Amino acid sequence: MTPWLSDVRAVLALEWRRERRAPQVLPTMLLFSVGAFVLFRFGLQDGRVDGPLAAGVLLVTTLLAAVLGIGRLWAAEQDEGGLDAYRLTPASASALVAAKGLALWSFLLVLHAVALPAFVFLLLQDGLDGGAILRVVAGLALTDLGIAAAGALVGAIAAAARSRDLLVPLLAVPLLIPLVAMASEALAPLLTSPAKVTEVRWWVGLALYDGVFLLVSWAVSDGIVED
Amino acid sequence: MPGPEGAHPDAAVRLEGLTRRRGERLVLSDLTLVVPVGVTVALLGPNGAGKSTLLRVLAGLMRPTAGVCSVLGHALPAGRHALRGRVGYLAHEPMLFRDLTVRENLTHRARLLRVDDIPARVAELLEATGLVRRADFPVHALSRGLTQRTTAAATLLGDPELLLLDEPLANLDPSASGRLGELLGPRPGRTRVIAGHDPEAALAEAQIVLGLRDGAPALLATPDRVTDAEIGALYA
Repeated sequence: MTPWLSDVRAVLALEWRRERRAPQVLPTMLLFSVGAFVLFRFGLQDGRVDGPLAAGVLLVTTLLAAVLGIGRLWAAEQDEGGLDAYRLTPASASALVAAKGLALWSFLLVLHAVALPAFVFLLLQDGLDGGAILRVVAGLALTDLGIAAAGALVGAIAAAARSRDLLVPLLAVPLLIPLVAMASEALAPLLTSPAKVTEVRWWVGLALYDGVFLLVSWAVSDGIVED
Repeated sequence: MPGPEGAHPDAAVRLEGLTRRRGERLVLSDLTLVVPVGVTVALLGPNGAGKSTLLRVLAGLMRPTAGVCSVLGHALPAGRHALRGRVGYLAHEPMLFRDLTVRENLTHRARLLRVDDIPARVAELLEATGLVRRADFPVHALSRGLTQRTTAAATLLGDPELLLLDEPLANLDPSASGRLGELLGPRPGRTRVIAGHDPEAALAEAQIVLGLRDGAPALLATPDRVTDAEIGALYA
């Protein structure tokens, strides 16, 4: 294993150990998501959604939960001096950002493992079409990857700038609008009963967004974390 | 006599006109100093004099605004990557993860520092700092003194060539103070810059005394040439 991969693994393992020891990111995101679904259930007149509205509710809730998660994920780097400690070691900044991105992605996948059934139960008008489940899961995994890639970048900027709570939503929301828009187009036909076919261009768009932000995060992480 | 005239090609630290600004304020102003390898520098000065800022600049954690700053033969900030793992910085902040245990913190840091035999090195430092019984306590459950010991152990994990110590014996009882004083003490090839507020102790173990006042050098001499009046003026 290369030193870079070894550093990514060490930081990722640390994130999960910290989350198990003192859960912060996952409970925050979970409570927010399920709470939002409950509020939508009672706030919307008939309490049920499908199609584009269902995709919008699911994705905007995910985005806002992720913004909370990004802030929490970088809290120790800022509040406990973790970033300075890391910068004194030979480990590269890109390994830190990659590990944070992977951690956020894995947290978002766990979030959806719980929040998606809750969403279907509380809000989806006719339940989830059995044939569409795998495509919905794939769509959410691609969306989560994009959020994680952009979120790692935003988190690094906010941690280095030391004004995390203000910067994370300020930077993350505009960056994630194209992702949410494309994911909504991809998921809306699948959240309709019976499920329809998603146009291929939306899957390609999601994959491109993920690729671009993975590349950008990797390329600029040294400059952000070091300076 | 320390200073540019004492410059040596293998100097551990070489500063020439080092300046650091924070906005409009000069935090460090026109510092010139040469520290040969293996030498201990006592960094004195009142609160806010710029001691901690100087240590952060030397650690490569903060960019100099102007002047030359060379550490272990590498000009900063360009060469800061080459310093990673070779500089140990014991700061005011513990730089530890509060929810992890002492052992987990040390093991994680040792991995990133590429320490060869991590369990052996961690065990050695736990023993040396008297933390064996507290090794599996989370850091948030430790007293300030025990946290300081953990921080010292983390600083020494990679056996750094340059130690930057910001009040290293703060919060320690006399026994721990003696133990850590020995552990962080001089070694062949180990250069140390120690910031503190105890001039007597600093003069006893340093070969160079640098006094800062408002970021500017107010005193630069060998300990035998430093007078009580100069120390008094520094803190006046």
